Amino acid sequence: MRRALWIVVLGIILVALVTHALQGDMPNPFGSREGFGVWFAALLTLAILSFLYQDNPVYRFTEHLFVGVSAAYWMVMGFWSTLVPNLFGKLWPDLTARLFVPALKGTRDPRWFLYFIPLVFGGLLLMRLLPKGQHLSRWALAFILGTTAGLRLIAFLTADFMGQIQSTLVSVAGYRAALTPGGMPHWSFEQMFWDLVAVIAILAALAYFYFSKEHKGAFGKLSRVGVWVLMVTFGAGFGYTVMGRIALLVGRVEFLLRDWLRVL
Amino acid sequence: MGRFVKLVETVNTLDKRWVFLVVGAAVVISTIFRLTFPEIPTPMVRSIFEKIESLPAGSRVLLPFDYDPGSEPELQPMADAYVRHCAEKGLQLYFIALWPLGQNMVESTVSRVLNPEYPSFAYGRDYMNFGYKSGNEGVIAVILTDIKKLYTTDAQGANIDSIPMLAGISNIRGFDLILTASAGYPGLKEWIQYAGTPGNIPVAGGCTAVQAPLLYPYYPEQMVGLMGGIKAAAEYEALLLERYPKFRGDKDRFQTALTRMGPQTVTHLVIILFIVIGNVAFQILRRRRRQAQGA
Repeated sequence: MRRALWIVVLGIILVALVTHALQGDMPNPFGSREGFGVWFAALLTLAILSFLYQDNPVYRFTEHLFVGVSAAYWMVMGFWSTLVPNLFGKLWPDLTARLFVPALKGTRDPRWFLYFIPLVFGGLLLMRLLPKGQHLSRWALAFILGTTAGLRLIAFLTADFMGQIQSTLVSVAGYRAALTPGGMPHWSFEQMFWDLVAVIAILAALAYFYFSKEHKGAFGKLSRVGVWVLMVTFGAGFGYTVMGRIALLVGRVEFLLRDWLRVL
Repeated sequence: MGRFVKLVETVNTLDKRWVFLVVGAAVVISTIFRLTFPEIPTPMVRSIFEKIESLPAGSRVLLPFDYDPGSEPELQPMADAYVRHCAEKGLQLYFIALWPLGQNMVESTVSRVLNPEYPSFAYGRDYMNFGYKSGNEGVIAVILTDIKKLYTTDAQGANIDSIPMLAGISNIRGFDLILTASAGYPGLKEWIQYAGTPGNIPVAGGCTAVQAPLLYPYYPEQMVGLMGGIKAAAEYEALLLERYPKFRGDKDRFQTALTRMGPQTVTHLVIILFIVIGNVAFQILRRRRRQAQGA
């Protein structure tokens, strides 16, 4: 009974809005592709927001539609922007130019035969879809995992591990290198104070996670400071998350009010 | 007294949907009334602005658009602002995307900002679009040494050798600045890790608010500046308005982030009010429960 009432109320509102649109005060959903797109996007936005009231079939349909469209789009983009120019275009440039991208004509790589390796690995990855021979996909996965781990390890060591230690310790001296060409490096007591605060905060947070020594006495107090540092960090993270989510809501509300209802 | 306790108990067990409704109403009403507040730029935002100001005309700026429509309300205003700033300075713009929909965001920015506001900007001479490539940080690692190994065509399918503004550039070490808009992985962090730090290329950029606390540690040694969320975008717009008075006119076009900070501020006040009321109600009930147990 309650569901029927909801359906009737929403139906009346929808009819009223469509009538309003047909009078020219809102984009006409039947007048142009753009108008239809605006209406479709607006109704999908409201369908997603309906989850805030309670889970419902319209929300679930929209969620599945979003996931499906995203996956399909990602796949199509991957094919046209990577597989075609970077694999087929390298192996068979003239054929690819004739069929897909004319600009690739006559661009044969001297070591074109090496591109058979990713072709084979790509094929092996798809073996996962077959009822038999799924284990062959592990070769490609092993290659992906190994390469990613190697790349990430080096980047992490240089940019995060060494880079962050260097940045932290150098900055304790209160010295800041020039950030802009032509700008002057500077040194200040204020900078030194805040850099010292940062170093103490880092050491305190690390002390909290050091479990080989009992958290008592001076070490216990330091780890207690570490808890406060973590709390401040989580607080900053939470505050930023709230800001981000509200910014997204403001974006959707602006779309509904300006592009759909045209009241802004 | 009994009525007061009943009210406190109601607040304590309030259905969260009422909170959603009030927050939604706060956003809608403040959006309709177009409230704006003054913004004071922070050093992290100002340093990006000053870095762009310091670049001579013709400098090369790589603009990775690593986001999609899901984070458009946060990142598009800042992307619009710094693209506008770069165009004002006459810098050469090279767009790139590590997110599939990033390419569409580039096309949207070009059609809304560059083409109508800077009609003299020509494709291939003043700006170009590398488009999207899958491979995440792998793409950055490759183009750090050789762009053409990965990019044989641009986003429109034109041969990369036919683009005049790419003459003399073999890898991204040839760029004067990498200026990203990033919504997650891969994004600003990966540009710092795989390009900025190993290649000694200045990296700056904007990110979603959720990411910002994780990127602070890179500033200022490994990152020129950071714009975290819509607040930083509004600060950047404020700087643009201060230095370039021509942008003071059309609010809808040039002050998107500033106008979005109005609802943001009002809603934050509402949320703070809810937190205070919730905590007061909780403390009152706890004290009464303890008193009852003591008696």
